[in-house]
Amino acid sequence: MSFSREKAGPVYRTVREVRGPLLVVEGVRGVSYNELVEVKLADGTEIIGTVLDVYEDRAVVQVFGQTEGLSLDVAVRFTGDVMRIPLSDDLIGRVFNGSFRPLDGLPEPIGYERREIFVSVINPAAREPPSEFIQTGISVIDGMNSLVRGQKLPIFSEAGLPHNVMAAQIARQSTVLGSEEEFAVVLCAMGIKHEEYEYFRREFERTGALDRAVMILNLADDPIIERIIAPRIALTIAEYLAFDLDMHVLAILTDMTGYCEALRSISIAREEVPARKGYPGYMYSDLASIYERAGKIKGEKGSITMMPILTMPGGDITHPIPDLTGYITEGQLILSRELYGRGIYPPVNPLPSLSRLMKDGVGPGRTREDHMEVSNQLYMAYAEGVKARDLARIVGELSLSDRERRYLRFAEEFERSFINQGVYENRPIEKTLEIAWDLLSMLPEDDLVRISEENIRKYHPKYRSA
Amino acid sequence: MSQQVGVIKRINGSLVVAEGLKGAKTGDAVYIGELRLIGEVIRISGNLVALQCYEDTSGLSPGEPVIGSGAPLLAELGPGLIGEIFDGLERSEVEFWKLTGPFMRRGVKITPLRRDKKWYFEPGAKPGDEVGEGDVIGVVQESSIVEHRILVPAGLRGVIESIEEGSFTVDDTVAVLATPDGRSVPLKLVQYWPVRVPRPYRERIPIDRPLITGQRVIDTFFSVAKGGTAAIPGGFGSGKTITLQQIAKWSDADIVVYIGCGERGNEMADILTNFPELEDPRTGKKLIERAIFIANVSNLPVAAREASVYMGVTIAEYFRDQGYDVAVIIDSTSRWAEALRDVSGRLEEIPAEEGYPAYLGERIAELYERAGRVVALGKDKRIGSVTIMGAVSPPGGDFSEPVTSTTMRFAGALWALDTDLAYRRHFPAINWLRSFTRYVDALEGFWIKLDSQWKMYREKALAVLEEASRLEEIARVIGERALPNDQRLILLTAEIIKEGFLVQNAHHKVDTYCPPEKQVKLLKIMMGFHDFASELVRLGVPVERIRSLRSVAELLRLKEKERLEEIDSAYERVRKDLEKLKAEYQVAR
Ligand SMILES: Nc1ncnc2c1ncn2[C@@H]1O[C@H](COP(=O)(O)OP(=O)(O)O)[C@@H](O)[C@H]1O
Ligand SMILES: [Mg+2]
Repeated sequence: MSFSREKAGPVYRTVREVRGPLLVVEGVRGVSYNELVEVKLADGTEIIGTVLDVYEDRAVVQVFGQTEGLSLDVAVRFTGDVMRIPLSDDLIGRVFNGSFRPLDGLPEPIGYERREIFVSVINPAAREPPSEFIQTGISVIDGMNSLVRGQKLPIFSEAGLPHNVMAAQIARQSTVLGSEEEFAVVLCAMGIKHEEYEYFRREFERTGALDRAVMILNLADDPIIERIIAPRIALTIAEYLAFDLDMHVLAILTDMTGYCEALRSISIAREEVPARKGYPGYMYSDLASIYERAGKIKGEKGSITMMPILTMPGGDITHPIPDLTGYITEGQLILSRELYGRGIYPPVNPLPSLSRLMKDGVGPGRTREDHMEVSNQLYMAYAEGVKARDLARIVGELSLSDRERRYLRFAEEFERSFINQGVYENRPIEKTLEIAWDLLSMLPEDDLVRISEENIRKYHPKYRSA
Repeated sequence: MSQQVGVIKRINGSLVVAEGLKGAKTGDAVYIGELRLIGEVIRISGNLVALQCYEDTSGLSPGEPVIGSGAPLLAELGPGLIGEIFDGLERSEVEFWKLTGPFMRRGVKITPLRRDKKWYFEPGAKPGDEVGEGDVIGVVQESSIVEHRILVPAGLRGVIESIEEGSFTVDDTVAVLATPDGRSVPLKLVQYWPVRVPRPYRERIPIDRPLITGQRVIDTFFSVAKGGTAAIPGGFGSGKTITLQQIAKWSDADIVVYIGCGERGNEMADILTNFPELEDPRTGKKLIERAIFIANVSNLPVAAREASVYMGVTIAEYFRDQGYDVAVIIDSTSRWAEALRDVSGRLEEIPAEEGYPAYLGERIAELYERAGRVVALGKDKRIGSVTIMGAVSPPGGDFSEPVTSTTMRFAGALWALDTDLAYRRHFPAINWLRSFTRYVDALEGFWIKLDSQWKMYREKALAVLEEASRLEEIARVIGERALPNDQRLILLTAEIIKEGFLVQNAHHKVDTYCPPEKQVKLLKIMMGFHDFASELVRLGVPVERIRSLRSVAELLRLKEKERLEEIDSAYERVRKDLEKLKAEYQVAR
């Protein structure tokens, strides 16, 4: 196994208790907190774990592999080191499972350096604030929720919505304006189905991205607990690519809901007092230790842009998984079943969506001076239109005022021609802004209060055609 | 200070249990393991001592030593704080970066204040002077804004034996004090204070002036006093951080202590990058020269969040005692409360609601109690204040959860954020129906000096907004068209107040900061418009005609005007147009 350097360390056969993924081992000596443990099952299978709690000569070990086959007669070896993986540029193009075993038939990786996977904290003073606009070619993202290099922007989805198609489209089309560099993709799958993985694989293969990809796969039928380490392996690799090899990395983590379920099952096994819906109180900090690994560092060339995907249980955005994620990430893209039902792709509902870093990536010298204002105006007008639509459902369209009717028409046209686009349609930002202005010209000029008078004079179709 | 020694028995996350450490008291700082990680004693039972470790405990083993310092966790106070960025234990993150590279390491020892830097000390006292605690013995010009006043530490008094002008490091002796019990005590630029103990002052005094933030909805409607407290709860993305950053930038405090507690690394990076460029609209000086940052971000050890808040407040009190108005910003107090919960859970205390300990309310109250306006210790009776403003991050945006509901009870002003407003990009998304301030009466005096009618305008505007929201409810069922004319005017005025007054884009060149004079003027004009338009409606003028006036649409953009005269002349145009309409309808009658 490739997590620890040495095969030394004493072996204990003194497991006194097995509780879910937890083993209580007694009579141990010199064991340290968070230490990597290797567990050999009766049938010879080896799995790994870490020390969660150590009290004198008693250690609680959490294993990361399958929990079937765990029993009192397993052999436990404490390695004397924390969990590490070997790193080298040979990892590029490879596929591993959640315990870092090769799935591509190639040999176990060897590296120049072994790096700890759990604790990695960028000094906030050393961070470079992300500010390079990424053109994804998707209007509702580029126009209203722009992504920048080094940002962590999740997709909040629901079962059955096309989040994977969208993530693949973003991976395929993303470019930084004025730069030729392509993204290296690190894909970490947690509990997704085989066909979903196959979809990503095919897409990456088709576009040649596979040669620049590293994949860590824990699929739906793999051990759930392995999901705790899979994203950490993926991000340790991403950090190596970004900050040692100067690459720009796009890390796709899917599905974070699968990850959080693993976290919950450990918490339950430990009989901890839960915070909300059975999820542990430390889930915020735990998720932060993953999401905050995205970013840029002063003086370094590379970057990690992160796109976690999660399915909101019951479509509920207040559920702890999307809720805590939204508190950590730099915005969120929210998919809507209603839009999807109306045949809109990508079904991103802009109203609750947000890119917190947009303001740093757009504007004069980056995209265009009117970009931020146009975005704000679209938000305001679309919100107005949605309100009118709700009203029309109650009182009927005929009872709407002229103004309300105008906004209703705006909202429908906006969904049809701005949000909606093809899976293979790659719209440059100028095109996105052009569509936006055409839509805004449906409204009286005096209503465009979020746009400066100068920019109206410069970009409003009425003045341009004249 | 006596050293105590113990041995590690147990490690469970940030909780370490040690045996020995005889004589340790709760609150004592300890050094844990071979790496000497920093921690604090949180509970003692028999010969077992529970410690909270402020650094990652990976790799610690039972049997490793623990050393007690015999002293509580201290803040180091003195010249060199301004412009710094610290972690929760007051270690400079810039120094950290130089030492360990861009990724954080454990067990790093960095003294808070720089040891090599010399400061020019100008004595304010002379040999033979009798001085007591809190007296100023001299000053150091720390930045172009901050004159750092060197105080006689609490608990000391005597006669100055010697005192010297010149350049000194913080550890140099600048004066010697002969105490009544016959000792000679060296006084330095640096002093220490336990972070969990409020610093003493002579007396609390009533608060009577607002902390001007330049944010209209706050200053005009839900103002916070210098020495008061405010809480800003809201779901993610509703605008807590931006609002607090706006206050850090533009408020008229002398010193700003910004505590990033368990939040995003990039937000701190953003502040650190942008702050040095910003200028104070009043003095033209660089804002960084009055700011201190504590960046205990979300992926740093949870336990240190707890300490970071007290660290920041202690630094604030130290400047308050020098006679300054200090604004403390905590983003977010919920992350601090979660750290309390984490430790409590590991100690297996009986949880109250949602896993929080039963003493949560007490801790929140104690924290906000450290705000206030005081007369400091010392002969010259300096007046200073600490204003505490904290973000609250309710899970699921639910204000009834323990941290939010408890905070709402103690806060002097509440800025309740509203996700619906945020969705339509109405920022700051402060809901005018759910927010409050308990300081209106105390602060009225300030505003009345700007306009004697201020209170009336404010109340009227709030009444219009309230009435409008009631009417909107009705309109939601029957449609706006079905409302009578006078009610539709209420909706129009409310829209003007919302868009023309309440909405304030933090990134707008001009509107990012709105001086009080301009706030009063805008409000006056909008209320003047409402009165005039009401008259027209009574004459039978349809609201649609008023709404469609170009000059009325202009009211929404007045806030973008830099000069007050431009605002006046725009209003003149509105008045003229309304006069015309009036004439038209009077004739028709
Ligand atoms: N006063 C404001 N002006 C302009 N935009 C704002 C303002 N307040 C909030 N926003 C927008 O809302 C987003 C979220 O605000 P933020 O303060 O980060 O929310 P929170 O801290 O509550 O999660 C920001 O990225 C910005 O786009
Ligand atoms: Mg925030």
